[in-house]
Amino acid sequence: MSGAAALDVRYPIGGLFVVIGLLLAGYGVATAGDATLYQRTGGLNINLAWGSVMTAFGALCLLLARRASRR
Amino acid sequence: MTRLTTLDLVVMATYFLVVLGIGWALRRAARTSTDFFLSGRSLPPWVTGLAFLSANLGAQEVIGMGASGAKYGIATSHFYWIGAIPAMLFVGLFMMPFYYGSKARSVPEYLRLRFDEKTRTLNALGFAAMTVFSSGVSMYAMGKLLNLLLGWDFDTSVLVSAAIVLVYVLLGGLTSAIYNEVLQFFMIVFGFAPLVWVGLRSVGGWGGLTEKLAVAATQRGLPEYAYTHAWQGMGSAATNSIGIEWFGMVMGLGFVLSFGYWCTDFLVVQRAMAADSMTAARRTPLIAAFPKMLFPFLVILPGMIAMAMGNDVIPAKLAADGTPLLDSMGNVVLDYDLATPMMLVKLFPTGMLGLGLTALMASFMSGMAGNVTAFNTVWTYDIYQAHLRKDAGDAHYLWMGRVATVGGIALSVAAAYVAGAFNNIMEFLQLVFAFVNAPLFATFALGMFWARSTGHGAFWGLVAGTIAPAVHHGISLASGSSPGVKGGYFGVLLTYPSEMAQTFWTAVAAFTTCFIVTIAVSLITVPRPAGELGGLVYSLTPRPVDDVRHWHERPAVLAGVVVVLLVLLNILFF
Repeated sequence: MSGAAALDVRYPIGGLFVVIGLLLAGYGVATAGDATLYQRTGGLNINLAWGSVMTAFGALCLLLARRASRR
Repeated sequence: MTRLTTLDLVVMATYFLVVLGIGWALRRAARTSTDFFLSGRSLPPWVTGLAFLSANLGAQEVIGMGASGAKYGIATSHFYWIGAIPAMLFVGLFMMPFYYGSKARSVPEYLRLRFDEKTRTLNALGFAAMTVFSSGVSMYAMGKLLNLLLGWDFDTSVLVSAAIVLVYVLLGGLTSAIYNEVLQFFMIVFGFAPLVWVGLRSVGGWGGLTEKLAVAATQRGLPEYAYTHAWQGMGSAATNSIGIEWFGMVMGLGFVLSFGYWCTDFLVVQRAMAADSMTAARRTPLIAAFPKMLFPFLVILPGMIAMAMGNDVIPAKLAADGTPLLDSMGNVVLDYDLATPMMLVKLFPTGMLGLGLTALMASFMSGMAGNVTAFNTVWTYDIYQAHLRKDAGDAHYLWMGRVATVGGIALSVAAAYVAGAFNNIMEFLQLVFAFVNAPLFATFALGMFWARSTGHGAFWGLVAGTIAPAVHHGISLASGSSPGVKGGYFGVLLTYPSEMAQTFWTAVAAFTTCFIVTIAVSLITVPRPAGELGGLVYSLTPRPVDDVRHWHERPAVLAGVVVVLLVLLNILFF
């Protein structure tokens, strides 16, 4: 069994990004409206915004890996 | 000192769990030495392509490019656009057929097949020493930075990160290192892209950045476009921030240093050798060229933004007694290496801070793992198998590879402490390695494209090409430096406007000497018969056939697209 057959690298990438993305987005929701926390980003809730981007990217990786393994 | 919250630590811990998990999942994938050292030549090109990029994306890159961004502005992107992309296209289109096609298992082994044993050994020894020290410097920089930013213990940071790299490389070999490099690539992109986003917002976008940097440039006596235009001031060394004119830059950086590194350094070439076919190997650096072209925006912009945000972002360099260091004009010297880390700490709230710091640690560790996997291969195949034990079974070399991994990491840790104890010695060694790399492209170019070049020619060319830059460095000095580590130790005969200019011309001296000596010695020694050089020399090898399903996957087409985008980027930031 060679490297590529043992594991599709998109699984760990997708899994990691979904977990971190959800953690950040969840924290972003919980801290929405916290003006002191987001003062340094000019009022932008970066945890929520970037957490969502990362979750979406992670989900896309998982989806692609799954599609490839079905073939 | 910045305090991390539980959330930041959970983000970090998640990342490290996945890193170790990849090694665990691949533990059965390394059964033969080919699996362990070359991933069984089984990986798809997008994976090897991203690893090709990531292996080079060590600490020096992320921290150093941010520092240069703060110091030189957008002109730093020459290190990418001139200093990397053309060489990456060249290695993919013209050199990969020989590396991959000759079935050599390492770059030094190609030298053995093409030239002789002594040339290979010279290259292998220099390379092995270089990987250990680079990885040591990477570890030292990480330990120091984590200590400064977070108050973490230096020893613990170094030992824990070394242990993590050790575990995943031991378990899954090169595949595990490559998979983690791909993961690290995405971590770095997703950790730094929001930094640039938030940073640009806070200085008023590219327009605001340009205005603020124009003021900074004028204060330093440069034209106001100096920090935001890459080419405009390159006509003379006095009108650009780097202090070099375009010819020296294109020759030194764009030709010698860049081709010497990207086309001959086994650390990156090994990633392409792990690809599943000749076409995939050739496409590896070409695919890497796309993100590479855009990396200036991720790693250089944070430094530029830090500069634009004013004096309180980048702290002053401190003298041994804790007071700020002053230059000869009485101005405070800034610690540019802290530009990017300080931006993370200043702009990211808790949560994102954990992500940003994880991305930074990922970059340190990918540099370390890349060096260790290149070291264990060169040690096992080019030193151990070639000289110490020639005819053992495959299982023995696989075992040796694992031992070399432990040894390489132990030596790196030792090098990290050496770096801490003797800062100047380390600086000097890195300089010596620049000498080792610079002449190599002449050796490979002549080997691959001139059938008449001989083993004796290559060997003596390399020796001369390593001595020549040491001599040039010894007789030259950048204005403002004093003789010593910075050069001039044989007496100052040449003066350059900046250290960068001195480095570039040192590299040119290395290349030219190696080129001329290799040709001269080759002409007076006996060449190998043409029949032995098939697959090793361009004129004696059939052109590789593109094995692709779609026309747009052809290496030449990919390279064409890269060139068009590269020209557009340079026009945009002219």
